Parts: sequence; C-alpha cells; structure tokens
Amino acid sequence: MSTPRLDRLVIVGASLAGLRAAQSARKAGFEGELTLVGDERHMPYTRPPLSKDLLAGSQTVADTALRLAKLEAGWRLGQPAAKLDRTAHQLTLADGTTLPYDRLILATGCRARQWRGPGAELDGVHTLRTVEDALALKSALTPGTRLVIVGAGFIGCEVAASARKLGLEVTVVDIAPHPMLPLGAELGARCAALHERHGVQLRCGVGIEAILGTDRAEAVALSDGGELAADAVLLALGAEPNVEWLAGSGIEIGAGVVCDATLTSTVDADVLAAGDLAAWPQALADGQPMRIEHWTVAAEHGTAAGRNALLAPEERLPHTQPPYFWSDQFDCKIQSVGLPMLADRLEIVDEEPDTGRLIATGERHGRLVAAVAFNHARRLMDYRTQLAESVGAAR
Amino acid sequence: MKVHVDMNLCQSHGECAIVAPDVFHLGDDDVLVWHDDVPEDRRAAVEEAVNACPMAAISIEDE
Repeated sequence: MSTPRLDRLVIVGASLAGLRAAQSARKAGFEGELTLVGDERHMPYTRPPLSKDLLAGSQTVADTALRLAKLEAGWRLGQPAAKLDRTAHQLTLADGTTLPYDRLILATGCRARQWRGPGAELDGVHTLRTVEDALALKSALTPGTRLVIVGAGFIGCEVAASARKLGLEVTVVDIAPHPMLPLGAELGARCAALHERHGVQLRCGVGIEAILGTDRAEAVALSDGGELAADAVLLALGAEPNVEWLAGSGIEIGAGVVCDATLTSTVDADVLAAGDLAAWPQALADGQPMRIEHWTVAAEHGTAAGRNALLAPEERLPHTQPPYFWSDQFDCKIQSVGLPMLADRLEIVDEEPDTGRLIATGERHGRLVAAVAFNHARRLMDYRTQLAESVGAAR
Repeated sequence: MKVHVDMNLCQSHGECAIVAPDVFHLGDDDVLVWHDDVPEDRRAAVEEAVNACPMAAISIEDE
C-alpha cells in the first residue's frame, strides 16, 4: 500500500477541540503545514468561566485565553469556513480563500440555540456562547436588576447562581418539570431546592410565549398566561451544532457529524471530527452515536483526532472515555460521568442531608451507565475508573 | 522536572489523576495531592495532564 501524502493538516474550528487537535498532531510528530480556521476573531479561549467567573468579575477576558505553548501553526481567524469539496480536498472560507488539505479535522462546535418568537430581537435579550455574549450580559448584571432566564440547564442554572451573587432578582423559567433535566427527577429536585434556597424564583413546567417591550425587553409572557417583569432576559435554550456549511459535501450529518469510534467521518477517512459537533458511538449506549457538549470531551476529542489524523484508518485508536462534566452552582459542584440522560434508573446511593453532599448512580437495562456527585469529587473518581474499565477505555 | 499546581485554581476535577495517576490523586477530603518532583520519563503523561486540566492549574517548571 502506498503511503498517502500527508503534508497539510487543516483544522476547522479554533476553540478548545481545534487547539488540542493541533497540539496533539505536533506532539505526535507532524511537521507539515498546520492551519487552524476560526469564525471568531480571538485566539482559543476557554468557555466555562463565561457563565461564572467572568460574569462575577473574578476573571478577566485575558484569563480565559488557552495556553498555546510553542504551537507552530497558521491561524485564519474571524473567517468562517463556507464550503467543503472532498473530491478536490479543498476548503473554501467565507471570503473565498481556498485551503487545500490532506487531512481535515472538523471542530466548528456549536452556537447558542436561537428562539424566534415575538420580541426575540429586543434590546436586553441575551444568549451566551461567546466572550462578546458574556461581556454584553455582564454589563446588564447590575444589583437590583430583574433577570429572567429561559432554560434551566447548565448555562441557565450557572448564570442564575452568578447573578444572585451579584445581587440581582433572578427568575428561571423552563418548560421541563425540574432544572438540570439530564440528571433526572430526584437530582433535579435537589437542584431546584439549591436554587430556591439561594433566592432564585423557579418556574418549571411553563413555556414562554413572547418577550414584551417597545425597544427594550420589559417582561416575559408565559404560556400559563402569567407575565414576569424583566430588565434583562437570557435565553439559555441549549446549543446547535455548526454543520450547515457542510451541506453538499457528502459528509454524513445526523445529530452532528457522524463518526466512527476513532472520530473518523463515516464517509471519508481523510476527514475527522472533534468536540461539540462530533456524533460518535457511545460504548455505554450500545454504540449509538451521540453528540456530547462537555469541555472535557472537546479536549479529549481534539487530542485523539489530532493523533488519529496522522495515521492510516486501520491504525487509529477509538475514543471510549466515558463523558465527564461539571457544573458549579452556588456552593455546589455537580459532577457527572457517563450518560445520566440515558439512565432508566437514577438513584441516590449516599447522601449527607446536612451538607448536601451526595452520590447517585444511573443504570440502563441493569448496567451502570452514569454516576453523579454533588460536592463529592473523590467518590466520583472511583466511578469514573469503574465506568472507563467497563467500556475498555484505554489511556 | 518540577510539577506545580496552582491550588487557587484547582477544583478537584481529577482529570490529571486519570491521565497520570502515578503523579496526581484526589485525597479523601477531595483535595488534590501530587508529586512535585517527577522523573523525566513521565513528562508526556504530565504534559497530558497539563492539557487535560479544565482550570489550567498545572504547569511544569524545568530546571
């Protein structure tokens, strides 16, 4: 078999997954031309502080910069990718520039899901994904301001906690019956109690009809006929993968870019994917491909894809580490490993009612698929090891 | 090589303890414990821990 030419590695996406892919490829000995393309004009930065420390003022924008070490790469920033021509092995950017590649890593991530109902365009209505979003939201978070957050997932709950600490009046609305939906009803109730204890008004099981106001958001109209006065509104409705630009490329798109366990596109061995947009087989879910939007998944994917991109398809290693996430809300660090959203049974196995520390495990068809901890990091580690071993995850 | 962890940043995620369990581990009180003088042949693992840390709390100080 002849060795295919591998002089040019292009990575589309210049956030965590893209950066880790570039670092990993260099570390694995890639000496060719390495280019990163990013639609944001910033060098890579880390997003978790955007809903927490950056809003609270305990971190600055400069603190969010990811360390590059001595990465040798070309950067095309502020320029989204527009088209992929796999036959020509060529990428076209929005400004018409073309970039030829031998191997390509797709890491264009997600964007905040938009809501297109009445009033979505009013001033004072925010979403949170980028550093610009965070700075705009931060400027609205002044003490005494009434903030309505639509969506009680990670971003909604974390911003609620940050905003309460800053002295805002905070109401969180979600159509779901409890906050942090993937954690199930029992842990969701614990999350609800946590927020209520810290003065967050929770309105679960209610949707929104419209955002009301003449120029600025003044109120949110609810599906139950109620109205919430608001000085600022955050729409925290989750994220959508940036895959539209791949239309016509022939890349298989499902929940995201569909990959095999080595993060290789199902239709093209020269194209790999990493991070939020990659849908790859979950060993804990009978191989069902899923997208997972966790910081650590993006970092691990980047590292794996950067290494795998240099190898022939049959030499590539699968990525099987069970997904891990954390979320800081008030004095509670929520950590999870595995796939709690797929558990058919999620029960608390150990709890200290005085401190709120707890451990819960999730099973699917009688098999352990997840563990969740509240302020119990050491115990969660044991489950991480156990779950990793159960799927044969190699390091 | 010397391994430094900024304990003002560390939040006990344990990523480092997964990639380099011989260098880092979480104590029973959830606080990270680590060897600060690590043999050179473990550099790759520690570098992986540096990249895996969500808080960017780990650094390597070369003599």
